[in-house]
Amino acid sequence: MTMTPEEEEQFKKARRGRNIALALVLAAFVALFYAITIVKMLD
Amino acid sequence: MTATVQTDTRTAPLPAEWRDFFALTKPRVMSLVVFTGLCGLLAAPGSIHPVLGFAAVLCIALGAGGAGALNMWWEADLDAKMKRTAGRPLPQGRLRPTDARDFGIALSVASVGTMGLAVNWLAAAILAVSILYYAVVYTIWLKPRTPQNIVIGGGAGAFPPLIGWVAVTGDITLMPVLLFAVIFMWTPPHFWALALFVRSDYAKAGIPMMPVVAGEAATRRQILLYSVALLAVSLAPWWIGGTGAIYGLTALVLSALFVALSLPVAFRQAGEGDRMRPEKRLFSYSVLYLFALFTALVVDRMLLP
Repeated sequence: MTMTPEEEEQFKKARRGRNIALALVLAAFVALFYAITIVKMLD
Repeated sequence: MTATVQTDTRTAPLPAEWRDFFALTKPRVMSLVVFTGLCGLLAAPGSIHPVLGFAAVLCIALGAGGAGALNMWWEADLDAKMKRTAGRPLPQGRLRPTDARDFGIALSVASVGTMGLAVNWLAAAILAVSILYYAVVYTIWLKPRTPQNIVIGGGAGAFPPLIGWVAVTGDITLMPVLLFAVIFMWTPPHFWALALFVRSDYAKAGIPMMPVVAGEAATRRQILLYSVALLAVSLAPWWIGGTGAIYGLTALVLSALFVALSLPVAFRQAGEGDRMRPEKRLFSYSVLYLFALFTALVVDRMLLP
């Protein structure tokens, strides 16, 4: 199927938003596991 | 010349945004889950490192979100038939069903795994049971089959304070079980009050809600019965000496008011064009009730030795 330029722009915008959200979630998860590891090591 | 791209959009007619995934987690329900889970954690005897406590509450939230996503994946066709839920991402076609399912599974697995590694495996096991309870026992099995769906399914929402408590103590005692029982008894009058004023929607979707199957009069009587049971159960933590007077007296006042608001709901019949004010008032109060009761539990624990 073909997309009009407007649909393509909408598609790209949604994908960019999803990618940024996923990056933030992964970064937060890494930070959380780092903090948990430090706490467990100090315990 | 108009530029176009060749893309297969047959399976995803509209591009999903991150907000659509977020909506799958039922954020409003999650707020109550996070709150009661946090209260269970704060009211438990003993202490937990703030980072681990944060991880525990986050896992409870993620687990609830995962269960909510699985619920929406399974019920997408039912949601499309109800005004209240027709705007959700799946009925609107903004998400592929398999994406919603995989998102739900990923959140559930991540939450249980993290809870086990960061906090303890008993809390992780109860979290796993609560997710399976909501996604399988309630959503797939009971909700479409019995008007008692809310009673038994309410158990799923009752797990968070138990998980929060066990995250701190590492074992199950009577107190967290009583907190479980409080939410268990609270759920039927809370949801049936809602079901009374959105009754036509549930009927249209073919869900055997109590007002649809057993009739309005029976539902109203049961609301009162559960409110009285809630009064007794909410006072039990005080009776067994698990809390102090701050909680006990607050529970007495809040639960007595709950029963008082249930009385007009129990002893009336809604006519044509009824605005259902007593039912709406009870529903709104029930949300406030749970927040206030669990706040009193935490305050009681903080202030009394």
